Amino acid sequence: MLQKTAIYTISISLLIIIGGIWAVDNLNLLPVVASSNAPIYDELFKVLFVIGIILFVGMTGLVIYSLIRFRKKPGQVGDGIALEDNLPLEIFWTAVPAIVVLFVGLYSYDIYERMGGMQSLSTNSHDHHSMNSEGRVWGGIGLTSQDAIERNSLPMINVDVTALQFAFLFNYPEGEIVSGELHVPRGQPVSLKMESKDVIHAFWVPEFRLKQDVIPGQPTVINFTPTKTGKYPIICAELCGPYHGGMRSTVVVEEPEEYQAWFKQNSKQPEMEL
Amino acid sequence: MSISLPPATENNSNSLQPTGWLRFISFSLDHKVIGLQYLVCGFIFYLIGGVLAGAIRIELLSPISDFLARDVYNQVLTLHGTIMIFLWIVPVVNGAFGNYLIPFYVGARDMAFPRLNAVAFWMIPPAGLMLITSYFINGAAQSGWTAYPPLSITTPAAGQIVWIVSVLLLGGSSIFGGINFIATILKLRRPGLKLMQLPMYCWAMLGTSILVVLSTPVLAGTLILLSFDIVAHTGFFNPALGGNVIVYQHLFWFYSHPAVYIMVLPAFGLVSEILPVHCRKPLFGYTTMVYSIMAIVVLGLVVWAHHMFTSGTPPWMRLFFTIATSFIAVPTGIKFFNWVATLWGGRITLNSAILFSCGFIVNFVLGGITGVALAQVPFDIHVHDTYFVVAHFHYIVYGGSVFVIFSSIYHWYPKFTGKMLDEKLGIIHFVLTFIGFNLCFAPQHWLGLNGMPRRVAEYDPQFTLVNQISSVGALLMAISTLPFLWNILYSFIKGEKAGNNPWQALTPEWLTTSPPPVENWSGEAPLVTKPYGYGEKNSDEGGSPITQA
Repeated sequence: MLQKTAIYTISISLLIIIGGIWAVDNLNLLPVVASSNAPIYDELFKVLFVIGIILFVGMTGLVIYSLIRFRKKPGQVGDGIALEDNLPLEIFWTAVPAIVVLFVGLYSYDIYERMGGMQSLSTNSHDHHSMNSEGRVWGGIGLTSQDAIERNSLPMINVDVTALQFAFLFNYPEGEIVSGELHVPRGQPVSLKMESKDVIHAFWVPEFRLKQDVIPGQPTVINFTPTKTGKYPIICAELCGPYHGGMRSTVVVEEPEEYQAWFKQNSKQPEMEL
Repeated sequence: MSISLPPATENNSNSLQPTGWLRFISFSLDHKVIGLQYLVCGFIFYLIGGVLAGAIRIELLSPISDFLARDVYNQVLTLHGTIMIFLWIVPVVNGAFGNYLIPFYVGARDMAFPRLNAVAFWMIPPAGLMLITSYFINGAAQSGWTAYPPLSITTPAAGQIVWIVSVLLLGGSSIFGGINFIATILKLRRPGLKLMQLPMYCWAMLGTSILVVLSTPVLAGTLILLSFDIVAHTGFFNPALGGNVIVYQHLFWFYSHPAVYIMVLPAFGLVSEILPVHCRKPLFGYTTMVYSIMAIVVLGLVVWAHHMFTSGTPPWMRLFFTIATSFIAVPTGIKFFNWVATLWGGRITLNSAILFSCGFIVNFVLGGITGVALAQVPFDIHVHDTYFVVAHFHYIVYGGSVFVIFSSIYHWYPKFTGKMLDEKLGIIHFVLTFIGFNLCFAPQHWLGLNGMPRRVAEYDPQFTLVNQISSVGALLMAISTLPFLWNILYSFIKGEKAGNNPWQALTPEWLTTSPPPVENWSGEAPLVTKPYGYGEKNSDEGGSPITQA
């Protein structure tokens, strides 16, 4: 009897796990992957999704099974069993979730570090901004770049972002370009230093899996390396007034040559010596 | 028992109180009247909040802003959130059921401070009316229920100030209630009744009240500073005057994260009362349940910054709050496993009360899973402030707390009125609500993951179909209230007589008449030392868990 139950339990759990992995691979749950940050995010999503599916299907199944199996049938009288507690069982379902949560926490720490979340902000970017040494810059995530720079020996592109009701302005200090669209070359690290002119906004590109609030009086930084050419929406994610829903822009990820052409065309400065 | 309660006749403060239906619109001191006042008042605000939700879902039928003016849309979403939290869920799961049940559970004739109790209730209708009237006068607040500065400082001041005053009144009412519950549970227990013999709802209310008393004053202080920024142009949170907007968020969430537990812990307590009765089984794991509640209270106070992962928070803080938040899943999980174990081996009557409670378990498990995911900084950074979060918290507060409120109404209506509710209508209500709710909110997870931010009136056209599906779910939810309302009104007039204890329950509120007399029991309060003494073993031994004095 016990063996039979164990076999049932194990085979049902396996089915749920396989179903979960199938679902996360085959259902279109997340947008396109367009930054070096996004595949790491999707890896975390997959793990959380499978754990979540196992828990949800398992618990729902238990509730429905109990309701059917232990329902009061016509003619039955009397109570259920007088089961008040079961210490080994309670220890089991305290310990297992604790271990799962600990695993998830450590795993997401690892993910966070791989995304560059633990890097010290003052060392990796925006050294050319004189403001940085004075004010604290907060925020900052995104695969940046010490490695990317070392691997590709590509310089980081610094862009200053100004958010205001209800638009984003992108200022390229090197070419004195001010643009309503963010142009970036594929494969090169980008660092955005953002500040708001009025209320709190947020910079979100779903295809990059990145978001950072843009705060008045408090510069924030976000770093990323785009990996796929295309046009992706930049969305304001923090309620900022009546036109909040319309506060959108576009990030154009181009091949490096196209980006250079755009940069030259819009640059106000004479071509810089390389 | 050598010590006893004062006999019923000595309790003459109630003799000056009005009787009949007038009690319900008067400054009554009877905890049962106040409890029902909270319930009916809360339900009226629920209907208003529901109409606002309907307006939001109509606006979102199309990707352009076409149904409401843009500033009106923001007023509607602000009012919807504020009403549902502060005027429906918090007052009902705490004030309504707490006031009605806690004195019964501790074996008292009323709350510790009956006048404070009445004052606490009567702060709610004016606060709610003020909030709603502001819409018709100068426009209501339009900075969301979070009222983040500087948006809340720069939007029209009149509506925002009314919002602040209204929330301050509601917060004050909540603090008065919390103090009253703590005093009643700790100091008014019937002689001979030990803490670890109390029904689980008492523990839930004790934990909740501790959270209310510790965290609500912080919200009050914050909103007073915000009002100074608005009317006196001080610079606490205004960066143009040297203030800091992030400080507001820390202070706000120091209350508003515990507020989630203020909305769900009492619901956990109510489910713990309902399940054993209809499963005819003891509540599984009483002791671990108590410790879980207290663990949630302690952890609930140190997780607030997980609402601020994208706000510009230093990495160490992001990690600390990730770990702390994740660990809340452990005590919460224990409670859910205990409820499933309570179902297991029971003799379950499949009625509306048990269906809504089980619906709650299923919905809340999903909300809890997305909650643990959202606690992870790298996950949250993509979905923060999107429809994923909207889906998550509706699974917690609607799928969780509101399902429990309905379950509780089906369970206690016979006690409140002496009449039974119609089971067929109840089951129709459950099926419509459950399908409508999941149809409305499950697709929103996908919307958030794929790029739809929250609090928008216009969105990318690729999301149109999914938003329309969500709106159909909302329509089903609206329709589901009709059989419920009809059931409540019809059963009140023509319902089957319930008798004193239709569920053969063991908790003390059932050991008196339905509805109960002003003094709760005509004689002395019964001493119930085993409120969950169901199960065949007990009846074999022949010992009754109740000692009637």
